[in-house]
Amino acid sequence: MGKISLKNVTKAFGEAMVIPSLDLEIEDGEFVVFVGPSGCGKSTLLRLIAGLEDVTSGVIEIDGRDATEVPPARRGLAMVFQSYALYPHMSVRKNIAFPLKMAKMDAAEQERRVTSAAKILNLTDYLDRRPGQLSGGQRQRVAIGRAIVREPAAFLFDEPLSNLDAALRVNMRLEISELHQSLATTMIYVTHDQVEAMTMADKIVVLHAGRIEQVGSPLDLYRSPANRFVAGFIGSPKMNFISGAEAGKHGAHTIGIRPEHLALSTTEGAWQGKVAVAEHLGSDTFLYVNVNGMDPLTVRTQGEAGIHHGDTVYISPDAEHLHRFDASGKTI
Amino acid sequence: MATAHSRVAARFMISPAVLLLLGWMIVPLSMTIYFSFLSYNLLMPGMEEFIGFTNYRFFLTDPAFFAALANTLLLVGGVLVITIVGGTALALLLDQPFWGQGIVRILVIAPFFVMPTVSALVWKNMFMNPVNGLFAHLAKAIGLEPFDFLAHAPLASIILIVAWQWLPFATLILLTALQSLDQEQLEASEMDGANFGNRFIYIVLPHMARAITVVVLIQTIFLLSVFAEILVTTNGGPGYASTNITYLVYAQSLLQFDVGGGSAGGIVAVILANIVAVFLMRMIGKNLEA
Repeated sequence: MGKISLKNVTKAFGEAMVIPSLDLEIEDGEFVVFVGPSGCGKSTLLRLIAGLEDVTSGVIEIDGRDATEVPPARRGLAMVFQSYALYPHMSVRKNIAFPLKMAKMDAAEQERRVTSAAKILNLTDYLDRRPGQLSGGQRQRVAIGRAIVREPAAFLFDEPLSNLDAALRVNMRLEISELHQSLATTMIYVTHDQVEAMTMADKIVVLHAGRIEQVGSPLDLYRSPANRFVAGFIGSPKMNFISGAEAGKHGAHTIGIRPEHLALSTTEGAWQGKVAVAEHLGSDTFLYVNVNGMDPLTVRTQGEAGIHHGDTVYISPDAEHLHRFDASGKTI
Repeated sequence: MATAHSRVAARFMISPAVLLLLGWMIVPLSMTIYFSFLSYNLLMPGMEEFIGFTNYRFFLTDPAFFAALANTLLLVGGVLVITIVGGTALALLLDQPFWGQGIVRILVIAPFFVMPTVSALVWKNMFMNPVNGLFAHLAKAIGLEPFDFLAHAPLASIILIVAWQWLPFATLILLTALQSLDQEQLEASEMDGANFGNRFIYIVLPHMARAITVVVLIQTIFLLSVFAEILVTTNGGPGYASTNITYLVYAQSLLQFDVGGGSAGGIVAVILANIVAVFLMRMIGKNLEA
């Protein structure tokens, strides 16, 4: 069981208020991703849940029990750190068995659990190596192995993929998702990468300056962002924002339209502009278009559009997918 | 970078330094070896003659030699134990955040800057003196008989003085090692359920192994040649109770004016130091690899 709830949790480092009062419910078995720009307090929030930081005020409940004052080891949570934090002088086997040894589990049971964890994570051939002799992805797997042998109520991941190269990151993303499918344990995952958030999460928590901006499923956040911050943070390439007269026509302070919801034409359309940069990815083409009286717009078209730098193009927004924001950034 | 050409050039360019160092070492060493085979007494100048291994036979069968050997090993071992254990404990304390940390750290390092003769005299006259020493006053204050440290426990007293001097060095090296430990590793072990004792044994101590090795090696080199502290406190006495090999060589050559015997003792000391070095490297040298 791994139901975690935060009630009126605040955290201050001296004078600096990092997390003003915050409430959050995490259901058992959910894959929750905390996402936000750096310095938004997402790692601090994870460390509060882990017990590595003390809350300034408020209550953290795990499975309905007040865990605010419980030391980290007895909260029944396991954490995977950004630097992996493997013990360099121990073999992979000893690293994975360390939490079991600390729990004074008998040797046979330790061996059984380590073997099965190694099998799940494809580490069987590396059990007698030291962390220094492993590649980044293998170290990552050892760190995960050390977490799963404890059979915790929930897993906490603190930006675990940020030290890996792009190709490996995609692989590990899939492996962690598969792990969540097979273990069906609560997982809380911190990242600044919205692609990781969108691809892995059951529920995304968007944080900004210690505040929760919006909580919802990936597609909820994509379709109906609560405010301009969430709209700009979720989705890649970023949503275009247009303010001024053009926004006034739609009765809003600012309007937002995603690059994939702009129709492109070489003959006619609502706005005329010149292509500044064209990025040809094969499956998609991203165009950065300068339109008079607006910030540059990003347009995404499928396939290979035969458009290049300096071409004149016409762009029309898809009215159905237009987002309207008021002066404070809230969605209308 | 490491082409054959650059390697030849590198060897050529470091050779003057290597040759200078080699000469610096080899000239005194060969002179000492030469003297050790002579009957050479300062009281009888001009009477030097070759006598083979006689000096060695006398030095190695002298009961003072075995006493001095045991004292040397006790001195080195005792100081190493005190400085490593005490240094680790102090480093753990100094690593905690507290008010006035900077000043306290400087205070802890201060004894290392006091020269050995001065610190030995301060200990001898101000602390251990059975009449005026601080320890004597303390003993009298609680109604005990003052203890004459240098007369009744000379070697232990010298171990204490030398350990006091070397404790800052060990503390400093071990503290920097402690500070280089990745905090995430400690947090990970905390999450894994390790309490303070387990964190120390399984995470902190293995991390510090290399620094401890460095402390042991460096201190051993210097502790084998402790001399000033003995000279100004006990003069090696009572009897041979606080004479180490270094002091014995000094006594042989300059108190008994027997340069030949002293040189033989010096060569024996060099051989013993190398034996200790080989054992040390075997035991803990592997910590320095990787």
